[in-house]
Amino acid sequence: MKLALTELRRRPGRFTTATVILTLIAILLMFLGGLLDGLIASSTGAIRAQNADAIVYSDTAQASFVRSRIEPELRAIVETVDGVDEVGGIGNVQLGARVPGNGPRDLASVALFGYELAPDGVPDAPPYGQAWADETIKADGVEEGMTIEVGPARTPIEIIGFVADTNFNGQSSLWASPDTWRDTLSANRPDAQLAPGVFQGLIVRGDGDDLPAAIDAATDAATDSYTVEGAVDAIPGVAEQTATFNQIIGVTVAIALVVIGLFFALLTVERTSLYGVLKALGAKSSTIFAGLIVQAVVVTAIATLIAGSLVVILDLLLPPGSIPLLVTPGRLALSVALLIVAAVLGCAFSLRRVLRIDPASAIGTTS
Amino acid sequence: MTSAPAAVSTALQLNDVRKVYTMGDGSDVVALDHATLTLGSDEIVALVGPSGSGKTTLCSIAGGILSATAGRIVVGGEDISDHDAKELTKFRQEKVGFVFQSVNLVPFLNARENLLVVDELGKRTGAAAKARADQLLDELGLADRAKNLPSQLSGGQRQRVAIGRALMNDPALVLFDEPTSALDTKLGEQVMELIQNEMKSRGTAAIVVTHDERITHYCDRSVHIVDGRLEA
Repeated sequence: MKLALTELRRRPGRFTTATVILTLIAILLMFLGGLLDGLIASSTGAIRAQNADAIVYSDTAQASFVRSRIEPELRAIVETVDGVDEVGGIGNVQLGARVPGNGPRDLASVALFGYELAPDGVPDAPPYGQAWADETIKADGVEEGMTIEVGPARTPIEIIGFVADTNFNGQSSLWASPDTWRDTLSANRPDAQLAPGVFQGLIVRGDGDDLPAAIDAATDAATDSYTVEGAVDAIPGVAEQTATFNQIIGVTVAIALVVIGLFFALLTVERTSLYGVLKALGAKSSTIFAGLIVQAVVVTAIATLIAGSLVVILDLLLPPGSIPLLVTPGRLALSVALLIVAAVLGCAFSLRRVLRIDPASAIGTTS
Repeated sequence: MTSAPAAVSTALQLNDVRKVYTMGDGSDVVALDHATLTLGSDEIVALVGPSGSGKTTLCSIAGGILSATAGRIVVGGEDISDHDAKELTKFRQEKVGFVFQSVNLVPFLNARENLLVVDELGKRTGAAAKARADQLLDELGLADRAKNLPSQLSGGQRQRVAIGRALMNDPALVLFDEPTSALDTKLGEQVMELIQNEMKSRGTAAIVVTHDERITHYCDRSVHIVDGRLEA
């Protein structure tokens, strides 16, 4: 092991190629992971922010607000379920918004929510015609006190402040009173307008082991209820996005494994003579193989350190809202762990070759 | 077939040792044929023979690098005839030293570290090994070259480091594989003198494999090998 570390220290040039390639792969891996996290965060923030024990949709909604309708009678049933303490209606409409100072075609994408129970980090519903906005809308030039015009009907909404991490479906959320939401929906989506008292979903607070199941049982399956985590996973497109990115990340890790495997296999071939000498001097195959693993892990650790630093710097340089990149310590640590595992597995390609090196090769067997 | 005439104790005993290789077509090639050889505890023997005669095979078997097909091998009192690979590895760590034909120092380790690598691969005695490495380098006239990499040493100095490495584990037997083949005549003679002095001063036995009859007078006796058979 000491021998392997000494070689790394004295002959760094020998490992430069592998380090550069692994750094590029690590950047790709961390960037993809950051994009996945950013996309998921920007798609699910409004649901994750809910302080709820159950989120209730109508039975055929498939966890989509657009497809869901909760009539007052159904809500009344939910309110009587054992363990339910509070029930609040919620609705959503996704529209383009004109921002003062921007061009007529330069629309900001917004997801306007009407709510009765405030999510975490969002104050109580503001007066009619006003809304709290997710801070990502600042990238579109929106400032506090500004009035934007929402939808084709140009419904005016005054932005009275900002909240964080509440985006929905990749759009900046606006948090308004139920009346503001209902009127905006009616004005801009006449086909989807809802009568007073009708919501698209319910936010339920209470206790009990399995509140969503209890609610669905009480409504005789007229509702489709989830925990917050379940509702996040059920948002249309989230599972597909996650699966797609995870497949790309998996392929990237596999490529890293092959790169490390090939590099150290070539290095082993190049060192056959040296390893033969070391074996003749009494080195065990396990000692030599452990040295290879140490070198692979150190090279990978250096590559991921460089890559992690570059991705963090990139994240700091990117203007907010430009691309959905979310760099978190957890994602960086996971990327490092995946690449370290790939490095160790990649070295396994060389194990057979190391085992087969004959110490007799150090002095030849022909004379 | 030959034996040491007056050795009280022996560094090496080969009794009727055979090494047979089975080729891809199923035929057998006898590399060593009923070889019997005894070395005294401080005896230096030149093993002389043409290419392909079996001298490196004999050396490899005596050094625990190759296993014999048949026969008995005792080195420094340890019978290694039936040792498995793991036991042979331990044997090599403790009982024999090697000086290879092309020296084969670890290129990224300095002279002192090349000696210490023996300890790192073996007993790991730490401070004791460092003291021994310093002492050997001093005795070999390399104290001022201890921090030099092999690429910064002359051919003769590299050969001396290799000898120091072979002596690090205080072996019963040192095997020299053509130690002068890459050196000019003058340097070759200097190296043989050094080998003679170092082995005799320590009372360590050695086999010097060579093609070159001119260096055999540095050894106590010569043993010839032809077609895998030893001749006195």
